[in-house]
Amino acid sequence: MTMTKRLELVCPAGTPAALRTAVDAGADTIYCGFADETNARNFPGLNFSRDEMAAGIDYAHKRGAKVLVAINTFPRAGAGDFWRKAVADAEARAADAVILADIGLLAHVADQHPKLRLHLSVQAAAANADAINFYAREFGVKRVVLPRVLTVQEIAAINREIDVETEVFIFGGLCVMAEGRCSLSSYATGKSPNMNGVCSPASHVEYREEGGDLASRLGGFAIHRSPQGAPAPYPTLCKGCFRAGDHIGHVFEEPVSLDAAALIPQLADAGVVALKIEGRQRSRAYTEAVVSSFRRAVDAHLAGRPIPASDLRRLTEGQQTTAGAYRKTWR
Amino acid sequence: MSMLAGIPRFPVFGARLMDALPLAPLALASERMVASVVRRHPALLARLGAQTDKTFLLDAVDLPILFVLRPRVSEPRLDVYRRGAEPAWDARIAGPLAALLGMVHGALDGDALFFSRDIVIEGDTEAVLALRNAVDDAELDLPAEALALLGPLERFAEPPLRRALRIAERLTSVALSRAPGHAS
Amino acid sequence: MSGAPMTKDMRLTVGPVLFNWPVETWMDFYARVADEAPVDKVVVGEVVCSKRTPFYEDRILEVVERLQRGGKKVVLASLGLLTTVRERRAAAELFAGEAAVEVNDLTALAWARPGFEVGPLVNVYSEGTLGFLARKGARSICLPPELPFAAVSALAAAAAAVGVDAEVWAYGRIPLAMSARCYHARAHNLTKDSCQFVCGVDPDGLGVDTLDDEAFLTINGVQTMSNSYCSVIGDLEALAGAGVGALRLSPHSGDFVEVARAFRAALDGDLAPEEAQRRLAENAPGAQFSHGFLMGAAGAELLGV
Repeated sequence: MTMTKRLELVCPAGTPAALRTAVDAGADTIYCGFADETNARNFPGLNFSRDEMAAGIDYAHKRGAKVLVAINTFPRAGAGDFWRKAVADAEARAADAVILADIGLLAHVADQHPKLRLHLSVQAAAANADAINFYAREFGVKRVVLPRVLTVQEIAAINREIDVETEVFIFGGLCVMAEGRCSLSSYATGKSPNMNGVCSPASHVEYREEGGDLASRLGGFAIHRSPQGAPAPYPTLCKGCFRAGDHIGHVFEEPVSLDAAALIPQLADAGVVALKIEGRQRSRAYTEAVVSSFRRAVDAHLAGRPIPASDLRRLTEGQQTTAGAYRKTWR
Repeated sequence: MSMLAGIPRFPVFGARLMDALPLAPLALASERMVASVVRRHPALLARLGAQTDKTFLLDAVDLPILFVLRPRVSEPRLDVYRRGAEPAWDARIAGPLAALLGMVHGALDGDALFFSRDIVIEGDTEAVLALRNAVDDAELDLPAEALALLGPLERFAEPPLRRALRIAERLTSVALSRAPGHAS
Repeated sequence: MSGAPMTKDMRLTVGPVLFNWPVETWMDFYARVADEAPVDKVVVGEVVCSKRTPFYEDRILEVVERLQRGGKKVVLASLGLLTTVRERRAAAELFAGEAAVEVNDLTALAWARPGFEVGPLVNVYSEGTLGFLARKGARSICLPPELPFAAVSALAAAAAAVGVDAEVWAYGRIPLAMSARCYHARAHNLTKDSCQFVCGVDPDGLGVDTLDDEAFLTINGVQTMSNSYCSVIGDLEALAGAGVGALRLSPHSGDFVEVARAFRAALDGDLAPEEAQRRLAENAPGAQFSHGFLMGAAGAELLGV
């Protein structure tokens, strides 16, 4: 039995208040983005101005925490400077790393900002060792956030074939498609994660009470109908209720959230170095509850104790959780 | 499963009493309070961005009155209306008073309240999201905002008010002040 | 038509068959394309699901030769989502051969040699990425179908500057997402590992309708596509003006040679756009057509017919 390594807890912050909350609740690392289309959580009222980013990084550094700046959308053709400036501004504000997805931007940073640490965003969907080794070799990427489509066994196999760090999602919203390769949202609304940093954007969401049901529409398409008293999902396309042949229901995925706390020991054994909590769009109440819970879980694992039970389900979409693709039966 | 069981309702007798009272004092207090909040938390309106042009109906479903927020940069307003007399709005956020206060004070998560259907949103979803995020970042503490209106008297009023609030929070399980977290 | 001379220079590419067709149907399709379709390039091979490959892999050589005899340039497709060791080994072998290969997962850049082509599932959104791929030796890039016209224009210009051929998605259901999970299997209460190849019963994919009975998406195994068929046959002059060099036609059941003929005739100025679109519609009864990604506010915006 090898010595247990300390897993790094990487936590979301959509606002300066959430950043401070996450640091105080025991986050090792915070990830956040600028308030524009350069990051994949470009939601109304969210994210950081340049000054707020500087102050947030300062707050974290003074308390021994790191800050990663996500610049993980794909630069719009004709507007590449906007993304390159975001990278330069993050470096100037002492970000510990930037999280990127676009090859062109990675090449630019490797060339122009050689001292800036590079993490590969989940939006790059590097799902195998060959792809990861390519990003490491070409751009000097130091860490890869693995897509949420891999089993624990596959993650272990990948780690045996690569030299860079891997980070995996442990809790929160669950993409069922290969991330960064999905145009469902822009098909219905014109706005996509890749181009605009939004999926199923609020500006195109409509809720209506229809005969006692809560009907939700996205870009005019009916996505869901919740009977009275049943949990309401956010109208994300891949978790909608549809008809496919004789099958009526959640054709792609139920409105569930990922909670892989119970798999922390297996993920650690698989060679993962960092655990990522999703939810930059959530409140500081969520941040406080989820970060504290995972702080306890990671500390328990480090001390060789069993992972304590927690009930974060009340905070999750669909009010139910899954271990997702980490278990092969999901496919 | 609904969280409804866990969200306390405003007592019915209190709602009846409120219905019988004149609105003027409450309207005056709301007006002063919103002006003070915006002055003390300038980032709030900045975060709202283009959504400052919207009209928000804040509907505490267990109260006989409704609040209408117009977070204009020039002249922010929070007006009180009796149920049925409210003006046209762009976005409605509705739920028990305890749920709305819990969100403002960072004790409850807006998405979770929505998933469990303890709160309902209608109309301009983008505006609701912007307001929710801006308020969450402002780390508001409504008692502190009220005390700030007292000016120099604040330091005399604060200790007894905080003591009373602590007791009331224990009795009602409602977040009447900002959730304990980090010092800001 | 005024713009005809410019559109005349545009070339047509037949994309890989994305659906699970019986091998005989698949062979017949390529025989007709080889002999009758007025197209310049044909991409052949499996992009969606590696479990389908064994059904026709021993016939690919035959198809390639037939297409070459018909005067078509042939490019081999590689898989869209490379995960397993077997899939990666197969892709690496593909790139080790003599033929031109299309990259559909960036993983394949690990093996691609100068002269490779880039398919529409690769995220080429920025001039920086296009430039990187050009430096690696990309010869042709089919841009992601979700790009709006302004981005297509900017990227086509960037491609021309570095000698890369820019292609756009021009006809057929639009690939929107890939997953580790098989939705065809899931709709039949099966899993990917025990799928019984149920995707084979739907030659153009399985329609996904909203609860309001509105046609919306299409399931094709692990791939999710649009329900509407993209058609840019009314936008040829704009695309030619922007410097787009080739159009990708994605195979569907029905008379596909007729689809290629309609595009060729429209490009040559022999067929008015409205008439050309009418022919496409006649050839795909019941299909809805869109060009929303390129010209509209959202991908699903339908063509007013």
